This record gives sequence, structure tokens and C-alpha cells, in this order.
Amino acid sequence: MKGNDIERKITIIGAGPAGLKAAITIADLGGEVLLVDENPYVGGQLVKQTHKFFGSKELYCGLRGFEIAKIFEEEIKKRSNIELFLNACAVGLYLENNKKIVALVKNEKLMKITTDVLIIATGAYENFLLFENNDLPGVYGAGAVQTLVNQYGVRPGKSCLMVGSGNIGLIVAYQLLQADIEVKAVIEILPKVTGWYVHYAKLKRCGVPILTSHTILKAIGKDEVEGAVICKVNRNLKPIKGTEKRLKVDFICLAVGLTPFTDLLWQINAKLLYIPELGGFVPYYDENYETSIPGIFVCGDVSGIEEASTAMIEGEIAGISAYEKIYGKRKETEALKEKKKKELFALRKGPHSKKILIGLKKLKNGY
Amino acid sequence: MPKENYNPRIEIHPILNFEKKKLVKFYFEGKEYYGYEDEPIACALIANGIKVFHITKEKKRKRGFFCAIGRCSSCLMKVDGKKNVMVCITRLKEGMKIERQ
Repeated sequence: MKGNDIERKITIIGAGPAGLKAAITIADLGGEVLLVDENPYVGGQLVKQTHKFFGSKELYCGLRGFEIAKIFEEEIKKRSNIELFLNACAVGLYLENNKKIVALVKNEKLMKITTDVLIIATGAYENFLLFENNDLPGVYGAGAVQTLVNQYGVRPGKSCLMVGSGNIGLIVAYQLLQADIEVKAVIEILPKVTGWYVHYAKLKRCGVPILTSHTILKAIGKDEVEGAVICKVNRNLKPIKGTEKRLKVDFICLAVGLTPFTDLLWQINAKLLYIPELGGFVPYYDENYETSIPGIFVCGDVSGIEEASTAMIEGEIAGISAYEKIYGKRKETEALKEKKKKELFALRKGPHSKKILIGLKKLKNGY
Repeated sequence: MPKENYNPRIEIHPILNFEKKKLVKFYFEGKEYYGYEDEPIACALIANGIKVFHITKEKKRKRGFFCAIGRCSSCLMKVDGKKNVMVCITRLKEGMKIERQ
């Protein structure tokens, strides 16, 4: 495997919003960086998002996710100091002296990347939910439904039950309507909708029933989903007998949260903390987004489930820190980092960031 | 609301334009089907109304698509004789032979 061994100064795993911003930041400061992603395209989950983003102009407000992904693709191409490996999946991570070694499967061949500094921006994966027949074909994750409908133009079915009223549940339910798919109901186990009002209002205007204090009991069907049984829950979120209702749907979409994709961090025994507000086990990191292992940085959803906009700024901060580690600190880098930290702070001022801030406080104190 | 002539392929969408790619022939359990070149195999199967991707060995439970990003292993199939292929992230090519393993 000698021919496949390479050495790089800075490597980034994951070309989603966080990893892309990190790469661009490093390149613009004058550094060289290798960016790898397992998909044949850059953008991560942006490619399947069709709603318009909020926030500032720098964070691409008013544009749709797939349009932002296109801009990123161009930005990466423009910079000759960003080396991009697509179809390249990082399957292992090892430490050797001060070096980090990434085992990468690229075009079905194993290769070894030895790198001084590593940014892990691997994102997250969807949560599953416990109920009878949850393995029946037709029970799909919300992200998977977005992939089918928005990225490849394939309808998963005619009629859907959406489980979960967070932003993803609300947004994907609306996107199903846009694709001429019926949404029988959106159910939410908590007594109130958890996503933003703007997304909730859109669905309400279309007449979609949004049932709070409801859960799914089982999926019905022989070979694939033909229906679902839902019911009301009491204050302790336990099902209330006698409130069961049968819905005729041919697929069930689960939008019940995400879990940070931390596998590589477990492999190197990085310090991880269990923080429910951030989505489960997350790596400890300091104000520079450096983990407990010197020279390994994190940003985006892998460091705590949040939004694409915050992931981008985290990517910029991690990028600056990684750059400084190799090329040294400058007044310019320090000033830029302070500016980015302020932007991130401002972005988290809204009421929806409360949970994140509690989680981040725990992270800071937990070490 | 769902149309009587249900078509799993989205033709009209208020925001998105789905470019027609090259149509290719593939085989599922020996039968002939068509899909678009380089779309994930799972998309081509679902677009052809195939939702059961494999049947578990012991309990004979049906399994299908779930995560679409190569994480959950729910979509493992036999592709051109090779077992355990994640069809949600493997691209469709002309003449592919896809089977339940």
C-alpha cells in the first residue's frame, strides 16, 4: 500500500457546511489543506435542502441549501491550495507520535494519510424510534426522504405520517406537499411544537393536522407500510389507552433528532461527554475547537447538533485554529477568530439557542 | 390529493428541476427494470415500486431503505454477485444485477 501513502499538513474529514468553511478559511489565510468526503459531491446535507436559509448575507440568507452547495463547489474549485478527495471514506484514525493517521477508502482502495493537524467535521446521523414493526419497509428517516424527494426526484409514497415537529419534521413535511405527496399528520410527543413558528405556520396554512401530545404505537403492513396506529400521551409522555387511532399511510417519516457522528473520535480515545442538549456523546473541545487530543479539531454537528449557519462559523473558527497550529499565530488570525466568535455569539442569542447554550456550558464545565 | 395515475418520479416541482439523465436497464431478481444512470440503486428500486430490499435470515423480517447515507445497513443487497452492498450509496450502472441476499 506504499504507493497510496501520502503526507499532508492539514486534513479535513467531511465536506459539509462546517468542513467546507474550514477549508476555505485555511486556504484564504494562505495555508494548504486536504478536504475529504465520502460522497461524490460537496455540500453534505445542503444538497437536499430546498428551503431558504435565514441569517446574515455572509451565511447565504435567502438562498436554498442546494444553491449554497453549488456556491461552495465553485469556491473550492477556485482555490488551488484546497485539494479535494471525493468518494473517499475515512474508516480509521490512529495516533503515531504527534502525527494523525487516517485510513481512507478511496475508489475502493485503502490509502493512508499522515497529517499533522486534523479537523473532524463528520456531521451526524438520524435517530431511530422504538415502536412495533419499526423495521417495516416504508419507515424512513427524514433525511433519507429528503434525499429521495429533493435530490433524486423520487416519491417514497403517496401518503405520509411525519413523526416529530422539530425543524426537520416541519420542513420535510412541507417539502412533501411541494412534491404532491399527502401528509396525513405531523405528530409530536411533547405538548407543543418544537420547531420554528415560521415552518409550523406554513404547514398550518396548508391544512396539515399537527397533533401534539401524540406518539406512534405501531406500523401496520405485511410486506411494507400500509398504515400506522397513533395515540395520545399523558403528561408523563405515556400512551393513554382508548385514544388509539389508525391512519392509512404508505410511509412513515421519522424526524426524531440526530446523533453526532463521533466514531473516529472514539477510536483515538478522545474525551467524549454525554450531553443530551447537544445530541448525545460529543467530543470535549476548547475555545479553539481543539479536542482533548492536541492537533485534532472538531466543528459542525459532530460537536453538537445545531444549524448549518452555526456549523459554518464553527468551521471558520476551527479552520483558523488549525492554520495557526501549523503556520503560527498572527495578529490577523487572532483578530479574525475574535470576530467569528462574536458572530457565533450573536447567532445564538435567539430563544431557540437556549438548549444549545445549556449544553455548551455543560461541555465547558465537564472536563 | 395523491394522483390517480401515481408516478413515483416527480415530473413537476415548484422549486426543483430534475434533469433527465440517461435511462439504463438493470435487473432485480432476474426481471428487467429501468432507472437513471448514477442515481443510487435504492432510488431506482423505489421508483419502480420495490420497497423490500432484503429478508432477514432468522426471523424472515422484511427490510428496506432507511438512512440513505450509508450508515444503517438496512439496505444491504447483492449487486453483480457481490454481497452486502449498501444500495443507498451505490450508483446504478447499465446492466447491473441486483438481488435480495
